[in-house]
Amino acid sequence: MKNSKIFWLLSLVLVLSAFLAACGGDDEKETGTDKTDGKDTAGEPDAEQVLNLMESAEIPTMDISLAEDAVAFNIFNNVNEGLFRLNKENVAEPALADGEPTVSEDGLTYTFKLRDSNWSDGTPVTAKDFVYSWQRSIDPATGSPYGAYMMAGSIVNATEIAAGEMEPTELAVTAVDDNTLEVQLERPVPYFMSLMSFPTFYPQNEAFISEKGDAYASNSENLIFNGPFTLTDWDGTGLTWKMQKNTEYWDAETVKLDTINVDVVKEPATAVNLYNSGEKDRAGLAGEFARQYANDENLVTDLEPTVFYFKLNQERDGEKNALANVNIRKAIAQGFNKQDLVDVVLANGSLPANFLVPTEFSFDENKADFRDVNGDLIEFNAEEAGKLWATGLEELGVEEVTLEILGGDTETAKNMDAYLKAQLEENLEGLTIDLKAVPFGVRLELDEAQDYDIQTAGWGPDYQDPMTFIDLFVTGSPQNKMGYSNSEYDALVESAKGELATDAAGRWEAMAKAEKILLADDAAIAPIYQRGAMALQQPYVNDIIKHPFGGDFSYKWAYISGK
Amino acid sequence: MAKYIGKRLIYMVITLALIATFTFFLMKILPGSPVASADKLSPEQRAVVEARYGLDKPLPVQYFDYMFGLVQGDLGISINQFKGADVTDVILSRMGPSAQIGFQGMVLGTVLGILLGMIAALRQNTWVDYTSTFVAIVGISIPSFVFASLLQYWFGLKWDLFPVALWNDGFMSSVLPSVALAMFPLATAARFIRTEMIEVLGSDYITLAKAKGASGSEIAFKHAFRNALIPLITVLGPMAVAILTGSLVVEQIFAIPGIGEQFVKSIMVNDFAIIMGTTIFFSVFLIVIILLVDILYGVIDPRIRLSGGKN
Repeated sequence: MKNSKIFWLLSLVLVLSAFLAACGGDDEKETGTDKTDGKDTAGEPDAEQVLNLMESAEIPTMDISLAEDAVAFNIFNNVNEGLFRLNKENVAEPALADGEPTVSEDGLTYTFKLRDSNWSDGTPVTAKDFVYSWQRSIDPATGSPYGAYMMAGSIVNATEIAAGEMEPTELAVTAVDDNTLEVQLERPVPYFMSLMSFPTFYPQNEAFISEKGDAYASNSENLIFNGPFTLTDWDGTGLTWKMQKNTEYWDAETVKLDTINVDVVKEPATAVNLYNSGEKDRAGLAGEFARQYANDENLVTDLEPTVFYFKLNQERDGEKNALANVNIRKAIAQGFNKQDLVDVVLANGSLPANFLVPTEFSFDENKADFRDVNGDLIEFNAEEAGKLWATGLEELGVEEVTLEILGGDTETAKNMDAYLKAQLEENLEGLTIDLKAVPFGVRLELDEAQDYDIQTAGWGPDYQDPMTFIDLFVTGSPQNKMGYSNSEYDALVESAKGELATDAAGRWEAMAKAEKILLADDAAIAPIYQRGAMALQQPYVNDIIKHPFGGDFSYKWAYISGK
Repeated sequence: MAKYIGKRLIYMVITLALIATFTFFLMKILPGSPVASADKLSPEQRAVVEARYGLDKPLPVQYFDYMFGLVQGDLGISINQFKGADVTDVILSRMGPSAQIGFQGMVLGTVLGILLGMIAALRQNTWVDYTSTFVAIVGISIPSFVFASLLQYWFGLKWDLFPVALWNDGFMSSVLPSVALAMFPLATAARFIRTEMIEVLGSDYITLAKAKGASGSEIAFKHAFRNALIPLITVLGPMAVAILTGSLVVEQIFAIPGIGEQFVKSIMVNDFAIIMGTTIFFSVFLIVIILLVDILYGVIDPRIRLSGGKN
């Protein structure tokens, strides 16, 4: 075996060359993918309307009352429909509802008229289907993760039913007749229309569900639909399914796609390969792939309604600390370059956040983005930050401060925190940052115990309204384990939820003011970025609409042109 | 023989019970909850969901409940990966593709490996030998997921000979994953056969056969090869393990609806019933393979006695 060393060397060379070849190959591919320059004026839809997509996980369940994951919600949004649907501009517009509902003066009673529409088996969708569905989801015996979460505190008696103190039939939603649905609210819910686009509030077909019994929703044969598409070829545990145009859908003439073929591909590299082979029309780009394809002409970026920020804990171990000083907090909030962070460190289509309520998320009745109304509230400014920091130190009577940043233990989180540490230490003289990276569960425990100085945290919406972000830091909120309290801010949130609930403009103003106090005046938190997601999408694919709430995408308007 | 197999079967049951017990308690130590939206549920609602899956009972009770079910062949109900689905059904529906690529990979790898090893031994210290040794080293040292990625990139994407991934093109879909899985058995078989053949070819009875005028191929196949096979059977067990663990990643890379692919996910989402069911299924598979290997010994080489006395 005297030659064994040579063999080892040879194998090493082979392995390396194979790797390098593969890496080099990708670059080639990038420029080499023949696009046939199909971007010729996204015009007439093609004769063949087939869209090929990928998901990153299986469907855990297609039971509307039991689902709680992104994959199922995305399918519901395309194969079922509720009273309202988010349109191309992400504003809720009537779907099964025949126009806007009648709302009582106090904002507590909604009366919806239903349009004539059918289930996929041809039977009509009635108001009773809504009543059944909502009762089923709030019934504790169903064990619905979202039922109580979405209804309790909004719909009369929901809280009591969820707690087992009342019968599900006592939920304040009634079918006045087959085409009229009446809902009683506990308090005015200004974003109720958008809420109606959420799958938990879709109708369910009682006759079908009781006929199927235990088999209900176990595969696509045992499901019934009322949306733009029907789900087919799903065996219940498999990695593949299809969506076919639903001819019974009330707005079927708008739907252009005939078939959507979906396969579950969990490996990001495989997804990109399938896209490059032409087999799939769209591939999400995770991690290093986002960087690799950053300049691809078919790159699409979707903003997600999730914002990340520093929570600045003013009171650790029961004692006020340096972060209790407003100048210190402002200095930190302005002391790091967010643009470089999203461009270089994250490089995934994220947006620098100078705000708490995300961009492209919530709109007033004139369709104006809340973000455009309230603008940037706290921006990077090294010079200003340095001055504020010096003032802060003087007020505290110290020359040096050491703070800990508590963050996640994923690669992205660690890179980001390391960058932020470097930025802050460079811009704020006398600051030393210790980094502490822990798993998600541990971070939640430390947050609960208020045992951190600075924490990188994120928040996604529970409903499509600025309030889902604005009220996070009121005194005593579970998210406010950081010793922040401002009575003016609390009062604004209170009034927006209370007396202003039926005054859309006044409410919007109050929320804007509250956000201003939180960030510009108090720097209670230091916003970092709004998350984005990148994908490669073939140029012949048009009008896949990304939503900030409920299902991620609508394919109702999508079409193929110039393939 | 029957007595021996009977005894082995009893050991198998004990082994399985131990594996099930260890897995059960290890799993309970896993951080996180199988109730996916635990943070969205109020304590009361969470209690309802947990009660539905018996998660509210004390741990020993849960354990005995599970073991009783297991004895009756009941693997339980998936909690969140495939909500409400019978775990047995999940495993059955996912078994086919795994079995196919595993079997193809094993057969392909072993047959090619044996051929390679034999040629190398018969042409010892020539370029043929070096090449085959080289292939064997590469096959052992590169993990299957690297092979899988390279195969996918070159044979799937660049040269368009086979599907890049997915399980929708019949046999063609199974080619690349099988080849990726075949590399380890191939390399192992080649190494073992080569070493054994060289040893056997140098032994006295081969010299005798040559002296008696037996032809070269007769010596190689009838005398040398059969004897060289025995050690290979020893490594069949470990190879089966390699195929199993390899299939976890290979299935994920090729997006194949196999059993290994969903196993990984079940651990991440704390789906106790699926984790237990799959672990037990894998264990049964392995234990049976090991038993078969032991029985095969006796069949191939009568000198090896399975029970009593010394081997």
